[in-house]
Amino acid sequence: MKTILSLSALVAVALLTGVARPASAQTQVVNVYSARHYGALEKVFAEFTRETGIQVRLSSGSSQALLERLRADGKQTPADVFLVIDAGTLQLAAEEGLLQPVRSPVLEAAIPAELRDPQGRWFALTQRMRTIAYNPKRVKPDEVQDYADLANPKWRGRLCLRPATHIYTIALTSYLIANRGERETERIVRGWVANRPQYIDSDSRILETIAAGKCDVAIVNHYYLGNALKRDPNFPVALAWANQRGSGVHVNITGAGVTAGAANRDNAIKLLEWLATRGQDAGDAGMPGGNSEYPANLTQKPPAILERFGTFKADYAAIARYGALQAQSIKLLERARYR
Amino acid sequence: MSLISALARGQRLLVPRAALFKASHLGVAVLALPLLAPLVVLLLAWLDLDLATWAHLWETLLPEMLLSTASLVLGVSVVTLTLGISLGWLMARHTFPGASLLRAALVLPLAIPSYVLGFVFMGLLDYAGPLQTALRAWFGESFEFEIRSLPGAVLVLSLALYPYVYLFAQAAFQEQSATHHDAARAMGHTAWAYFWRVALPLARPSLAAGWALVVMETLTDFAVVRYFNVITLSEGVVRLWIGQMDRAGGVQVASLLLVLALALVAGERILRYRARYLQLSGQTRPIALTPLRGWRKWLATAYAASVVTLAFGLPGGQLLVWAIEDVRSAPGGTLDVVFSTYLFNSLALSFGTALLVLLVALPLAWHLRAGSASPAVLRALIRVAAFGYALPGAVVAVGILLLLAPLNTLVAPLSSNAFLLSGSLIGLLYGYLVRFLAIGLNGAESSLEKIAPSMEMAARTLGAHSGRVIARVYLPLMRSELLTAGLLVCVDVVKELPLTMFLRPFGMETLSTWAYMLASESAWVGAATPALAIVVLSLLPTLLLMRRAVLMEVRA
Repeated sequence: MKTILSLSALVAVALLTGVARPASAQTQVVNVYSARHYGALEKVFAEFTRETGIQVRLSSGSSQALLERLRADGKQTPADVFLVIDAGTLQLAAEEGLLQPVRSPVLEAAIPAELRDPQGRWFALTQRMRTIAYNPKRVKPDEVQDYADLANPKWRGRLCLRPATHIYTIALTSYLIANRGERETERIVRGWVANRPQYIDSDSRILETIAAGKCDVAIVNHYYLGNALKRDPNFPVALAWANQRGSGVHVNITGAGVTAGAANRDNAIKLLEWLATRGQDAGDAGMPGGNSEYPANLTQKPPAILERFGTFKADYAAIARYGALQAQSIKLLERARYR
Repeated sequence: MSLISALARGQRLLVPRAALFKASHLGVAVLALPLLAPLVVLLLAWLDLDLATWAHLWETLLPEMLLSTASLVLGVSVVTLTLGISLGWLMARHTFPGASLLRAALVLPLAIPSYVLGFVFMGLLDYAGPLQTALRAWFGESFEFEIRSLPGAVLVLSLALYPYVYLFAQAAFQEQSATHHDAARAMGHTAWAYFWRVALPLARPSLAAGWALVVMETLTDFAVVRYFNVITLSEGVVRLWIGQMDRAGGVQVASLLLVLALALVAGERILRYRARYLQLSGQTRPIALTPLRGWRKWLATAYAASVVTLAFGLPGGQLLVWAIEDVRSAPGGTLDVVFSTYLFNSLALSFGTALLVLLVALPLAWHLRAGSASPAVLRALIRVAAFGYALPGAVVAVGILLLLAPLNTLVAPLSSNAFLLSGSLIGLLYGYLVRFLAIGLNGAESSLEKIAPSMEMAARTLGAHSGRVIARVYLPLMRSELLTAGLLVCVDVVKELPLTMFLRPFGMETLSTWAYMLASESAWVGAATPALAIVVLSLLPTLLLMRRAVLMEVRA
């Protein structure tokens, strides 16, 4: 017993000191709370480290969980950069004073005004459209021109949706409220719910379920289909750009800001500047390219696979309201018994 | 029984206890209080009681949350107890073809975390998965069943958790003395009556310990319920706190969880109030294994084998297929570096935590044992300190973050902001300790509970001082259960997810955080590689548990 105890004590101490080894004072680092975990991002950061010598240390979680973590940290946060996949979350963090204003000519030149905070507290890095995917064998494109079309009773049992807990659903609801007001939005959402949707907490599985023949229509982020098409050019699901006669399709962003307590502020800004310029590559090594997203830096070309989706109108005006409408959207979803 | 407890009470008078013991009480209190602190911080959330939130909750999700939590706990309890007790009994008392292999293999599912089992079953069994696709090919397009449902969640959680009951049941049935068996049979009880009236009641403290683990894991599960669209209380915590930014509300719902867990476990204790189940010494005559004959032996083999296949073979095989696909498609060399680091991190954390938990649990359990003179307040304090296990990991994490935040301001200037307690290894280990103390305490306590006070009395009568009694009587008798508890902690830490997500130091990924991030995006192929690594890593302690089981058999 004693030998076992002392042996395991030795092993534990050895291992823990190994884990605890701190970055040496000379190493330049930047600590990032990141809600992106597509794997592709790792390549962007590795490239950044290769060029600048600054080590990127990631800590990941969902956008909302990371915001809550930043709140619990307060001013003493170990994070320098807050990188999430929802404009609303960035706005809330900025409003609560968790992000600091950054003046950077590089960022201001790279990112258009509607895709960044006027005070420089956050900047978009990619754009993603949440729109309608359908089974082209059973659905005609003119049946799915708008989110409201999915409330039509003919989709009963044929609709797949992401659960209410996911930030994508919440942001979509905020976009609808921003455009059409709360009452009309609630009517639409109740229409979806009345169609007894199948809730699947994964856009890629939703697409696979359409391909397998269960759902005929669904709402997904465009890049999941882009990535699926990259793997299999004949993937049997089509994309419809929603609300083209109105204000345009729902757009959200991957965006980042520098935390209020950032200990490595200069490195944090360097990282954002790099991601907004060099990191915007349309190839696999870029942030948009690696995940079939649209670049936030409009001087860059979108990834080649997205040419299949054609051109479209996106509603940039609504982005600024996602944060303020978030709580209202969650309540609306619950009231409408959206799961 | 009453004689023994009277003696136990009398013994307190016989042994002189002086100021020394008060010092030890203080020591234990100092040990227990930091474990309580995060819970206290969380309970302070009730000061922020917002009736409007609760009214809204009651109108929307709360009834469903309560109902699905109750159904889930009930379903998982019934299935795990049925599987665990029946398999434990078969393995402890009978021989049949393949029994020795299956006896060990039944523990294997412990190595698969429920969130991994969840995504594998989802991938296999949902509409787009291979099983339903094949069934549609045979039975026509209209064939389908809904795996994203309560029964789906019960299935997955039960398969992931039954080994807790099985382990405890098997050990309990195995160590029961043949004397009991012979006495019962001599008095004319049938084998069936012996099982119900002697063996099962004798095993009850152990079964309760296993079941308590199952209940707490079920109550705090947040991943499986999410995959399977079951809105339980712990899902409600996440919805309120993360979704609605209502930390106070989330924590209040979390404390409901705490109350529920407490009520269930306390209820069980009250039901066996005063009944004590003692074994007289470490060296009883074990029961001989009865060979099963005819169709019964094949039925037993088929039963145990199908459980192992469903809970381990099938998901393990699917993970292996996915992982091979992942490794083949990954660019050369990228996986090696990542893996050695994550593997190291997970390993180090699990060892360190297991040791820490045992070191803290032992003195605490010592003060809970029947013969100790610890005041009731201290006992209550220790009980409450172990509640971390009944709280969702994410909630414990926030309690710790809130607690450490003010301390950061003290520590940061000393190290010129280079070191912060939150997001440090200290914070993470602290979190693990709060969360997993219950396992260590349970193990230490139940092993102490089964050591008759008469053994200590005998040792003391022979002039042994308390240190010697602990070293020469208690520890040797407790060794196997302590080792089991330590290994359970190891497995749990390797598998642990939410707490690790919140409290780990920067840049420190473990296998579990990596697997979950990919799984939550349905990147199952990518998630399979780290998930498989978790399984393999958890297999090492699990294999040790099995070796113990085999050794017991050899001794028998």
